[in-house]
Amino acid sequence: LSELPIQKVKGLSTEPTMKNDPSKRITRPPKISGPQIQLLERLCNACGVSGNEKEIRLIVLDQIKPYADQIEVDALGNVLAICKGSGEPRLRVMIAAHMDEVGMMITNDEGDGIFRFDVVGSINPRILAGKPVWIGSSHLPGVIGIKPIHLASSDMHQVDLSVEDMRIDVSPDRAKMVKVGDSATFAYSFTRLGPSLRAKAMDDRIGVATLIEIIRSAPANIDLLAAFTVQEEIGARGAHIAAYKLDPDIAFVLDSTPAMDLPTYHENETGDRRAENSRYNTRLGSGPAIYIADRSTISDPRLVSHLIQTGQALNIPFQLRQPGGGGTDAGAIHKQRLGIPSISVSVPGRYPHTGATIVRLKDWMNTIALVYHALERISPNTLSVER
Amino acid sequence: MIMKLIIEQLSQADGPPGFETQVRNLVNEAVEPLADELRVDSLGNLIARKGRRSKVGLKIMLTAHMDEVGLIVTHIDKHGFARFIPLGPLSPYAALEGRVRFLNGARGIISAEYRSDQKKLPSFDQMFIDLGAKDAKTCPAKVGDMGVLEQQFQEIGGNLVGKALNDRVGIALLIEALRQLDEKSFETPHELFFVFSAQELIGSRGGSVAAFGIDPDISLAVDLTPSGSIPTGPRISVETGQGPAIKVRDSYMISDPKLVDWMVRTAEEKDLPYQLEVLKPGREPGNPIQLSRAGVTSGGISLPARYLNSSSEMVCYRDVEIGLLLLTALLQQPIEVS
Repeated sequence: LSELPIQKVKGLSTEPTMKNDPSKRITRPPKISGPQIQLLERLCNACGVSGNEKEIRLIVLDQIKPYADQIEVDALGNVLAICKGSGEPRLRVMIAAHMDEVGMMITNDEGDGIFRFDVVGSINPRILAGKPVWIGSSHLPGVIGIKPIHLASSDMHQVDLSVEDMRIDVSPDRAKMVKVGDSATFAYSFTRLGPSLRAKAMDDRIGVATLIEIIRSAPANIDLLAAFTVQEEIGARGAHIAAYKLDPDIAFVLDSTPAMDLPTYHENETGDRRAENSRYNTRLGSGPAIYIADRSTISDPRLVSHLIQTGQALNIPFQLRQPGGGGTDAGAIHKQRLGIPSISVSVPGRYPHTGATIVRLKDWMNTIALVYHALERISPNTLSVER
Repeated sequence: MIMKLIIEQLSQADGPPGFETQVRNLVNEAVEPLADELRVDSLGNLIARKGRRSKVGLKIMLTAHMDEVGLIVTHIDKHGFARFIPLGPLSPYAALEGRVRFLNGARGIISAEYRSDQKKLPSFDQMFIDLGAKDAKTCPAKVGDMGVLEQQFQEIGGNLVGKALNDRVGIALLIEALRQLDEKSFETPHELFFVFSAQELIGSRGGSVAAFGIDPDISLAVDLTPSGSIPTGPRISVETGQGPAIKVRDSYMISDPKLVDWMVRTAEEKDLPYQLEVLKPGREPGNPIQLSRAGVTSGGISLPARYLNSSSEMVCYRDVEIGLLLLTALLQQPIEVS
């Protein structure tokens, strides 16, 4: 039982560092290979349910310390890092990626190692039953229990399950290791599946990993204002205050968005399968997803054009995310202060908000390339026309 | 009369939430010679400043929104039909069988998939826009293109009827107030910020950032409100043709009671017919202008509209004229509300 992926972390530091002379910095587009994938693996296997992002924060701080000019952890736990540029005039560009993931919180101790729990963030309760979990900072293993099918009445299978029908079981001898208020996540380790990567919390550790790589090769034409945010899954609360503090000219949000591109996902009301899947949101393998509009934000059209032009000019594959529901940190950022031109770019993922989201490695690579080159090509002129 | 022409012109401009450029250009043309200072911010608000604060003057933010209900394309299928979602509070009733005018000039009609019960109203998921295309390649709209429901402007029995009267009527009213101020038809002790706001119908996003920047003492919104005066209409006391309504409460805010008193007092002093707008309270986060920074004393003038957010909204022109008289009367005097 000791194969738990507990992270070795260094002490937290909020001391400003002045290590990088931007004029001497040589920047090149980040490359994804073994070490970057290993970092993503560490990030995904770490546990950081909304409001309890410490494990992720420690990895981030450790990774960016040698590269950022200034690092700060704010009151809600956001990591704010600044990489100063050298060109004039230059934009102050905020890039946000959220550290938190959806998960569970222990709410009641019912004795004998059985605990009631609540979900944190949006999770379909039906996917919880029978799943192994990690609880608290020690990643104590448990399982979400449900009445076995052998003994359940037949109509039990017809009804929607609720969290009230389930318990987390850690076994009696370990009950003392769990406290009410502990958070829990799906206990699934990162796995490579051919061209794909499968993990829990891919939303948004893949954005966090992308932002770390961007910081490591920060383009010198901008002041890079990185925000590793907290509590996105429960209402973009971290991003709200991070944007106030950083007060940027422009914001990019790096996230992961659902791919519902399986052929049988759409049938019409009469069950007619001739219907084309018209609600895929995004498609795996079609490149980074550029947002035009979701429930929380209408992307700044100038930034939409900038990303599209960057992709077209450099032959980087991209797709337009279908306008629709959902939201990202951009929802909070673009309404901050005098209004901040904002846009989101996501790596598409199948089965998000479960224990096993699948992304394509190629999509991740193209996302990093698109975002890096878009930053490198951005200038105050990008905003010189009215939106 | 001129206000009626402005309303007609504005009504025919297209501005779904987030894409208000056509409307903003028209407004800009009208207010540019009148304002002391103009700016367009990052969310697309057009803000015109006018006047200087006297000793008894305040900083007042006047808002009318440029956006209207619209739609955005989400998918073009292999036969050239476009799928879409609404932008703003578009109802399926208003959309079905409607004609769409896209911002790029393309046209289409909204229809729906065959359903087992054809009498049942289809959901937006079941609707599509037919642009007369043969396939995806020849379809003149693409994913992300925005449109609105096309409809001509008419005058029916003293009422204005057309699309996007919500809130082009308010915009025309503010433009007219600014013009009268510029022509010195009346004077004001206040510094006025005319905010022609963007993205109001999807959560007052424009107004929110405009208020942060202006940091006003008082905010007054000029907008439409649903009228109860239709056969077995909703239980709303505001009626078409009975004058502008002074906002007491809507789903997002409770107006400052002292501001309401002052507005009522002014209407009575000037002998202007008025009504009181009281809508159902809501539990949502609230009006972002009222909640900006340390809070803003807020109220509103609402003009009764039948068939709100359809492509044939109906507003009594007399209500609009009296609304303008009320607004200019309010702005002429010092305000004691604190």
